[in-house]
Amino acid sequence: MDSREAILERVRAGLGRKLGQKPLPPPEPLLRIDTLGASGRLELFRRKLMGTLTVAADAAVAGRAVADLLNGREAVASGHPFLERCGIRSMARVFTDPAELRNACATAGVGITSAYCLLAETGTIVLRATPEEPRLPSLLPPVHIAVVPEERLLTNLDEMLSMTPRPVDDASAMVLISGPSRTGDIEQFLVRGVHGPGEIHVVIVQGKHRDS
Amino acid sequence: MAMVDVLERLGFTVEFRREQTCCAQPAFNSGYHTEARTVAAHFLDTFGDADTIVVPSGSCTSMITHHYAELFAGDAKRQQQVRELTPRVFEFSQFLVDVAQFDDLGASFPHKVTYHDSCHALRELGLKDAPRRLLGKVRGLELVEMGAAEECCGFGGLFSVKFAPISGAMARTKVESIVATGATHVVSVDSSCLMQLRGALARAGHRIETVHLAEVLASRG
Amino acid sequence: MRVPEAAIRKTLADANLQLAIYTNTGRFKENRSKAVAAEVLPEYQELRTRAAAIKRHTLDFLDVYLLQFESAVEAHGGKVIWASTGEEAADFILKLAKERAASLIVKSKSMTSEEIDLNERLAHHELEAVETDLGEYILQLAGQKPFHIVAPAIHMTRNDVADVFTEKLGIERDTVIENQAMTARRVLREKFLAAGIGVTGANFLAADAGAVVIVENEGNARLSHSAPPVHVAIAGIEKLIPRVRDLGVFLDLLGRSASGQALTSYTSIVSGPKRAGELDGPEEFYVVLLDAGRTKLLADKEKRESLQCIRCGACLNACPVYRKIGGHNYPWVYSGPIGKVITPQFQGRGKDPWLPFASSLCGACAEVCPVKIDIPGLLLQLRREAVAADPADRLLFRAWAWLMTRPAMYGMLARIGLRFSGVEMGPLAAWRAERDFPAVPEKSFRALWKERKK
Repeated sequence: MDSREAILERVRAGLGRKLGQKPLPPPEPLLRIDTLGASGRLELFRRKLMGTLTVAADAAVAGRAVADLLNGREAVASGHPFLERCGIRSMARVFTDPAELRNACATAGVGITSAYCLLAETGTIVLRATPEEPRLPSLLPPVHIAVVPEERLLTNLDEMLSMTPRPVDDASAMVLISGPSRTGDIEQFLVRGVHGPGEIHVVIVQGKHRDS
Repeated sequence: MAMVDVLERLGFTVEFRREQTCCAQPAFNSGYHTEARTVAAHFLDTFGDADTIVVPSGSCTSMITHHYAELFAGDAKRQQQVRELTPRVFEFSQFLVDVAQFDDLGASFPHKVTYHDSCHALRELGLKDAPRRLLGKVRGLELVEMGAAEECCGFGGLFSVKFAPISGAMARTKVESIVATGATHVVSVDSSCLMQLRGALARAGHRIETVHLAEVLASRG
Repeated sequence: MRVPEAAIRKTLADANLQLAIYTNTGRFKENRSKAVAAEVLPEYQELRTRAAAIKRHTLDFLDVYLLQFESAVEAHGGKVIWASTGEEAADFILKLAKERAASLIVKSKSMTSEEIDLNERLAHHELEAVETDLGEYILQLAGQKPFHIVAPAIHMTRNDVADVFTEKLGIERDTVIENQAMTARRVLREKFLAAGIGVTGANFLAADAGAVVIVENEGNARLSHSAPPVHVAIAGIEKLIPRVRDLGVFLDLLGRSASGQALTSYTSIVSGPKRAGELDGPEEFYVVLLDAGRTKLLADKEKRESLQCIRCGACLNACPVYRKIGGHNYPWVYSGPIGKVITPQFQGRGKDPWLPFASSLCGACAEVCPVKIDIPGLLLQLRREAVAADPADRLLFRAWAWLMTRPAMYGMLARIGLRFSGVEMGPLAAWRAERDFPAVPEKSFRALWKERKK
């Protein structure tokens, strides 16, 4: 008997269950759904975000805000169409070549992404790994900028989970980023940027966006 | 005896049954259920017909009200006795505040006092406010909270001798917290905690006194 | 093993260590209690109830969820490896490393891998497995085991770290904590980019999505599952939860209980290798499901709940015994109250029979447990089993029970006892070694009562 069968057999024997015996339905999780208005969500997000927040009136303003944040530094941008729309992928010193992605992420000072959504209650940027939104731009560079349409700002994780109860069916990974990379492992002294970005900037873009 | 004084002053008739011994907790906590059952059965037989049982210890109270049912699992007759008895068993401060509904007993105790939450009174019986409310009404008494009020004193029955160095270290932390309040007396509802604290305070050379809540409430200052 | 009394005394006598343990756990404890306060999270108690119920349910039907998890992982192109023992788990990684010609493995913090001595097993085969969590990295260099489930190096100071780095990395001594962290970033970044395999643990396994959930603050787990071409997640079979949606409950509790964070910096939910068109991410994804004693616990209905643990470490921070003796005086990698409960169950109770007795049963652990494990109750149960196997004090308690059912005799002995409390022997001596023995009242309560009622 291989380990798979052996373990399953021990589990069933231990529980007194038979092969194929149906389970009871699982208890429901408690999902805390607060319905904050748009301005309430924005205020809460501003308060909870461990980084800077810029609210831009439209895509053009957002592009300029990102240019200001970059201040001439080399950056790598994901292939998300919303970044294209904000004119970020065509900026000077912003790398977008998919073939060079890994190297660009390893050397660039800033990584720029959009986001699947933002969560106000915890100041969280939610990213899903997709062909347009690779993993490394938000991970390898010391600074992360996320440019996100305002309609993607949700109240909290529970709201996201009730809207998208299966968020990784059509993406290979999802990551919730709720602050800079940090460690307190030596004397509980807080150090930022120990492995991932130590600095986070979010640009929220207002107005309607067809291709967000 | 202080508890008897307080209860009689309030007009209750207090009876002390000479047959009473122990709630059985030492054996229960050490894993000796057979022996614990023998003693717990003696308790049930001794107190079965009492109106109300007031216990000057949070730990003993919770042994009876929280663990007797488990101890007699499978013994329908004893289980029935436990079900009938436990609603009538109260820790002293719990009885005064929740049952008798007194908080001002006219006591006077002109000292600076800090209160030690005994683990079982706090966590099993949920007694946090009752003893503080009673202390709050005592004339001349100044209550100062210590930082580690809810931390264990380190007694834990046989633990205090089988793991004496750990138990002693826990007591020393507690003592530091008591001393930091500047109180002259430390009050609790459990004599076993008070014994541990008294020993540790004395060993560290502090002159802070340990007193049971009943003694404070019986005091006319 | 007998009580490691000398080691415990040494820990108790080390003033710096005592301060480090007490202040560090104290800070965690305080942050936790602020984060779950009713003003901040009014649903806290209800969340605990649900979390406990969901975990209990998953364990009760674990066979179903394991199979569901496996087929979901496979549907996304990953593979589940079943390991009955730690050796099997290590063997799988060894074989994989050989086949992929990987000589360097990066690892993010995993208590499960500590439990099965994974690094030691891999090192025997000249595979370099590097711990990448800062605390774990320091410990690996120093050759030590984690001191705490969540904060593995809380017993070390910046000076200790400087010594370790100088000795093992050959760099100039530097006691500035920021610089130490940046040294680790520099050294480990190279490893992440060069490694052939990334090994992570898992905080949860979501059965419906076949997803591994990893909670962390540093980003080393993200790097471990994103940068190398192969990702292996290793997890005990008890880590299952039915649905991703259940994270709405568990993530509300885990970070808050561990460190007071509503969410830690990073939560990764990984459902497989990279898919068509993706530019980065691992080509291969494996989940090693480990038994290593868990099915034995599962079969014990009374103690099954100890498998509900989500390893938040709150019980360690709340425990007055842990806060004195620290993590290294416990016999196994799991320390604190939960360690006392699971060690005898995993390792057999005969090995360290003293463990369940080293507790004052104060209940602080149960009060903070986010999944409501009745730790004191389980300790009592384990004590009961221990004395059934080795009733060392049975005679004592028989005599005690005999006396306690004979009130007249009890009264008499109490009178005599009062007079002889000065003797220096047995438990009295142990008591006196640490504390004074209280002055004995002149008259017993019984005597006073007799006088009063005359």
